[in-house]
Amino acid sequence: MMETKELNIPLGMTPERWEKFNLVSRASGERMTLQMGPQHPATHGVLRLELETDGEVVTKVTPYIGYLHRCFEKMAESVTYPQIIPYADRMDYLSSMNMELGYVLAVEKLMGIEVNERVQTLRVLVCELNRIGSHCVALGTYGLDLGAWTPLLYLFQAREHILDLLEELSGARMLFNYIRIGGLANDLPNGWTDKVREFCDFMAPKIPELNDLLSYNKIFIERTANVGVMSPEVAIAYGVTGPNLRASGVDWDMRRDAPYSGYENYEFEPQLGRGEFGQVGDCWDRYIVRVREMDESLKIIRQALDRLPDGDVKEKIPRSFGKMPVGEVYISTEAPRGELGIYLVSDGTNKPYRVKARSGAYCAVSALPAFSVGVLIADLVAIVASIDIVLGEVDR
Amino acid sequence: MTPEQISQQLAADGLSVTYQDSSPDPHILVPVESLIDVAKMLKEDPDLSFDSLMCLSGLDWPEHFEVVYHLFSYKHRHRVTLKVHCSKDNPTVPTVSQIWPTAEWHEREAFDLVGIKFDGHPDPRRILLPEDWEGHPLRKDDQPPTHWHDIPLTPQPSIIADDGN
Repeated sequence: MMETKELNIPLGMTPERWEKFNLVSRASGERMTLQMGPQHPATHGVLRLELETDGEVVTKVTPYIGYLHRCFEKMAESVTYPQIIPYADRMDYLSSMNMELGYVLAVEKLMGIEVNERVQTLRVLVCELNRIGSHCVALGTYGLDLGAWTPLLYLFQAREHILDLLEELSGARMLFNYIRIGGLANDLPNGWTDKVREFCDFMAPKIPELNDLLSYNKIFIERTANVGVMSPEVAIAYGVTGPNLRASGVDWDMRRDAPYSGYENYEFEPQLGRGEFGQVGDCWDRYIVRVREMDESLKIIRQALDRLPDGDVKEKIPRSFGKMPVGEVYISTEAPRGELGIYLVSDGTNKPYRVKARSGAYCAVSALPAFSVGVLIADLVAIVASIDIVLGEVDR
Repeated sequence: MTPEQISQQLAADGLSVTYQDSSPDPHILVPVESLIDVAKMLKEDPDLSFDSLMCLSGLDWPEHFEVVYHLFSYKHRHRVTLKVHCSKDNPTVPTVSQIWPTAEWHEREAFDLVGIKFDGHPDPRRILLPEDWEGHPLRKDDQPPTHWHDIPLTPQPSIIADDGN
């Protein structure tokens, strides 16, 4: 009996805290297999986790993905370059602008197109708006998974504001097809920038409000601090990127360290996990990094509005994609769920020879078995929600 | 370091690699036999320390299959692209999952979609497609099955008439 007890003390959980959970039956040593998903509300889509449990304690996690596989890479081989953009939208449907930007930058690098500053600034603007919208869903559903309804409603109200702005711009609420190869679909509607400024003034006080409601709530901290600690070594070994990596204390943000689309012109601070209530890289850190990133995104949006230069947004859109340069490019961009890498191979025809999308959420799911063994099943729900996966991006 | 310098350092250590100045991104071509040695060197050499495998892709070319590794170092903040070729008759490449654990899932995906086998892989199953799927869809000669468990996979006549009524 002593043996099982030692074996099962969860990573990063103090023995005292573990004793509080001592109602767990773990004397038998008998293992049970439990299927979590694919229709489980806490798996954020259609993810199936096969759990091996000893009482309430998870001893092994095996993720099964593919339920939302929509053959992005196969379809990309059968349509022309501009026709791929709507498919790229559907990878991470909560941050479509960021998906479009990654793909479009890859094609532009292949063709040697350099867009003007207005296009660059507007791309940054819409991507950061979309990033806030995406984080709103991530944080809202995180609260929901842990039993807090109210923050979700407040955050969806903010996201609704963003969707309205982007709808006015592109005509669509989620799948925009707005960023085009060499430019944008259209210039801004009249008065749009004023509405974005209004949104910034609306959003800025929402973040302290969220902190009061959820972030520093004692129950929430108890549920998330010291749970699911991802060390920087594990994060790097499994290719975890984006907010999850920064929450583990690795100071790396593509927007600052390998800037694209003019990100070098903006002042902002990448947010790192500091382990305020537990160890660095726990669920609370992954949560708070996203909250603080929303603040940073607001800073970038305000700067983009201030510096918005004049220019023609369709200036560099090529007239024809019939003959493409032969070659291959790899572009990585900072999407809300980690690094989006697009590997594009062209054989000179009007359709790509191969498109490979490397998504941040895919790698985050692959790391689950490495840092969520030995936790309670209820804590696994907190961990899965904290890595913020969108199955559309995992399965592509 | 630039990819060219990395290639020179690998060659100086007695590894047979070929630097290819392809545009826009250059890459290093590695023979299948020395892939593991090159990968270990890239990971462990303090001047290189490529601690992260960012992307692993499988490609089907007319003459051979190709596996492309995009590596990144958080320490030195440099990138390099590796490529290995394998024959159409025996598409087998040694696994690098013991060097970069993230390769485990990327290699499963390359096996699933392109059909490249990874020698020594700890868990060589399909990942995105159903386990009993036949064929590898990203192969250029792949013919998708017409049915899967009695579910028709070819386009079915639409129940909506063409005039929209």
